[in-house]
Amino acid sequence: MNPLSVLPVAWLALMRHKMRAVLTTLGIMIGVASVIAMVAVGSGARMMIEAQVASLGANMLMIFPGSTNQSGLRGGMGSVSRFTEADGRAINDECPNVAACTPVVNYSGRAVYGNQNWPTRINGVYPNYTEIRDWPLSAGKLFTEQDVERATKVCLLGQTVVDNLFPDGGDPVGLYVRVRNIPFRILGVLERKGQSPFGADQDDTIIAPFTTVQHRLLNTTSVYIFMCSASSTDTIYKAQDEITALFRQRHRLQPDQDDDFTIRNQADLLKAQTESSGVMQMLLGAIASISLLVGGIGIMNIMLVSVTERTREIGIRMAIGARGRDILLQFLIEAVVLALAGGMVGIGIGVGATQLITYVLNWPTLLSPFSIVAAFGSAGITGICFGFFPATKAAKLNPIDALRYE
Amino acid sequence: MTAGSSIAQSPEPIIRVENLQKTYQMGEVAVHALRGISLNISRGEFVAIMGHSGSGKSTFMNLIGCLDRGNGGRYMLEGVDASTRNRDELAKLRNAKIGFVFQGFNLLSRTTALENVELPLVYAGVPRRERRRRAEEALKIVNLADRMDHRSNQLSGGQQQRVAIARALVVHPAIILADEPTGNLDSRTAVEIMGVFQQLNRQHHMTILVVTHEPDIAQYTRRIVHFHDGRISNDAIVSNPRDAAADLAAMPQLDEAVQSIAAAAP
Repeated sequence: MNPLSVLPVAWLALMRHKMRAVLTTLGIMIGVASVIAMVAVGSGARMMIEAQVASLGANMLMIFPGSTNQSGLRGGMGSVSRFTEADGRAINDECPNVAACTPVVNYSGRAVYGNQNWPTRINGVYPNYTEIRDWPLSAGKLFTEQDVERATKVCLLGQTVVDNLFPDGGDPVGLYVRVRNIPFRILGVLERKGQSPFGADQDDTIIAPFTTVQHRLLNTTSVYIFMCSASSTDTIYKAQDEITALFRQRHRLQPDQDDDFTIRNQADLLKAQTESSGVMQMLLGAIASISLLVGGIGIMNIMLVSVTERTREIGIRMAIGARGRDILLQFLIEAVVLALAGGMVGIGIGVGATQLITYVLNWPTLLSPFSIVAAFGSAGITGICFGFFPATKAAKLNPIDALRYE
Repeated sequence: MTAGSSIAQSPEPIIRVENLQKTYQMGEVAVHALRGISLNISRGEFVAIMGHSGSGKSTFMNLIGCLDRGNGGRYMLEGVDASTRNRDELAKLRNAKIGFVFQGFNLLSRTTALENVELPLVYAGVPRRERRRRAEEALKIVNLADRMDHRSNQLSGGQQQRVAIARALVVHPAIILADEPTGNLDSRTAVEIMGVFQQLNRQHHMTILVVTHEPDIAQYTRRIVHFHDGRISNDAIVSNPRDAAADLAAMPQLDEAVQSIAAAAP
């Protein structure tokens, strides 16, 4: 018998109990819908994390002071800072795969303008910082190398600082903010960048020439960290190796000594972040699959009822020549039709729910065609798996008993 | 129906049963439903099987209909040994060689007469167009050409039984097996249905086996086999079968008027 010829039979059998069919497929609908929506939310979160990591800068490397080891007493990471500005100059001069490098110091303090004040962090950097962080200006201009040499009292404001110090709007360029009672002339404003992967507001910052912050605000000679950018995505690890070799040499480390610095790159960050979001996504997917499973059990249940109800019909079909496998096929196809119909509605609900999440909850989502196809396919497979037992039961009926069944 | 043309040439009977036995095991007790039945039915015969309940006639019917297998003896259906076939092969035999008519009609509900009649051909793998042609032909033979698209629940009992007969006919079976075909019908419709069988037997040379417990109904056949306690107790030719058409003509017409009103009512 042609399997296609069973399709209308299966459809009619299902249409005979419309309400029952709808309730039965509810599980599959919810399962498919939740798989699609969950994967969309997971992918959206992943996409956002990737964007946030990318917002740190272009191919960025960060060099932190490392652990110390004094007579076997080990300090943790950052226990001592042995970085000097000369280290930074050396990176710029001697590492061919490093496009730019800036030392960074920062001072946490209060910026004051008129009767407004705002606690923030003032980063002392070279002008190439904006290039490393891939951070253009929205107004004004950058400070220069000369400003760094002369420790000029100038600065650039992040958007959050502008919003808080100049709540009435207006162009802050050319005005002065005071930090520790030192007036800084505002040269320009940085474009809005948003959240960092660690959840911090990247726009809540002021940047000023490195030496200005180092000498005028902190009164120190040390460098907190270095920020560099590799010449391209492919050379990140090469640049990292060059810096490692250079620093070990400059810090006169013996081959048996540990590095006294740590280099973090963006790729590692991305990996760490996406790993956690991947676990989350798998978890969501697993929960969604459970509802598919529950939906399958619903189908099995109702198919068993259907087989019992239609025992006589099965008997008639067998009497006039249906073989066991014809009956099996009929009920299996009915289960699959049920599951796929539920899957189809589920796709609609899933896509709708994803839109709702995007526009009502404002969560980033990403609908993937793969997840839709996979969810629909799983619905079909669920139909086959859970339809098989009832269908086998029908196929194994004894025609004589089936015909007599009341 | 081409079955009739070979009556003379064919020495092999349609049904040849030799010492057929069937025992059901009910826990510790063995129930002997058939204790050795031997019976031949030739092409073109119209046979009634009679007996009380428990006489073994239903078991015999199930075995003849290839719905079940005996545990002793032999059953040859048109020269094919049906006693050694497996489930699927029996299904194929039923499909190709046997037309069933049941007491409870056993049509698929909410399905049109035409679709019901087509069903055996679906399992036989007959193409759609051919299926339709043959189903229409079979419905014409039972005088239901004007009710083809009616669903089975829109038909009267007599009409449903005619559809069932058409469904039995449509595969051009070797034999039609009717199990109490008039049991659910009023007396007039019962005679009508027996008239259909007589017409099939006379005009189309169909071989028909009817199981009944009503002596009146058996009188429309041409041979009566009595079953008693799992054995054949009597096997006799009906010397002067009743004619359904003549009996119907003699019946009061009022009955028919009432029936047609009942059938037309929604």
